Amino acid sequence: MPDLGAFLAMGGYAGYVWSAYAITALILGLLVVASLRARRSMRSSLDEAEQASPRRRAR
Amino acid sequence: MAKALHRLANPARFLRIASPLLPWIAAGAAVCGGLGLWFGLVGSPPDYQQGDAARIMYVHVPAAWNALAGYAGLAVASAIALVWRHPLALVAARCIAPIGACFTVIAIATGSIWGHPMWGTWWVWDARLTSVVVLLFLYLGYIALLHAFDEQETGERAATVLALIGAVNLPVIKFSVDWWNTLHQPASILRFGGPSIDPAMLLPLMLMAGGFTLLFAYLVIIRMQTELARRRVMALRRAALAVSQPGDA
Repeated sequence: MPDLGAFLAMGGYAGYVWSAYAITALILGLLVVASLRARRSMRSSLDEAEQASPRRRAR
Repeated sequence: MAKALHRLANPARFLRIASPLLPWIAAGAAVCGGLGLWFGLVGSPPDYQQGDAARIMYVHVPAAWNALAGYAGLAVASAIALVWRHPLALVAARCIAPIGACFTVIAIATGSIWGHPMWGTWWVWDARLTSVVVLLFLYLGYIALLHAFDEQETGERAATVLALIGAVNLPVIKFSVDWWNTLHQPASILRFGGPSIDPAMLLPLMLMAGGFTLLFAYLVIIRMQTELARRRVMALRRAALAVSQPGDA
């Protein structure tokens, strides 16, 4: 394992390299969380709508 | 092939096939991304000209490739929706758009961060950078048109036409670095004569590209599951309304 301080310093480009990776991780992370949350809430709406449906179909 | 695609275009069948694939796609994305990060940040040498700043490549290039490939997918799905009127193609297109827009934002942001130490500026309005900004606006315009009309179908038709016209921008982006003078470096992977990049840098780049692509696919399937559920909710509510107000339908 190379020296941790040197690794974090990124040859003097630490601010650039780490901010690029952080922005990427942030956007992708938010996108995954938002997509999973939207699916969960839509699935519970679907359950409700199917319960309330006059012609309940077994699926 | 056409027949197989047609069969897959049934929403219920699509869900039956795609849903069990999801954990595998997620696992593949995590493994590729993890290995790509390790080789990209630790296991590969710094660039002989750019030093460690070149490591920004391992997030910038995969994001840009996926932004382009996503738009190609959006255009193909829109063409299928227009010609064969497959509802599933519209669902796919609608779900690709926000993901593609996010990948485009990542490509632009990381490219700008990379540009500052290398070019001495965060931004120039040259052909490559400008055509990628146009790509972002095509994605955003597509999303805006979808929601711009009371009648969902009107919005879908307008957005589909925009998606197809916007496909002209894809070759412009790809070849912008050859056709015009630009600060952006020319292609080093998909070029005549093979890749011009060291294998030690090609490995993390390909791992990250694989990881980003699998993540894109994962997000498309999640959002398509959501959209198909939403359509079923709408249909059930319409049916319930028709029963409660029989004279009104």
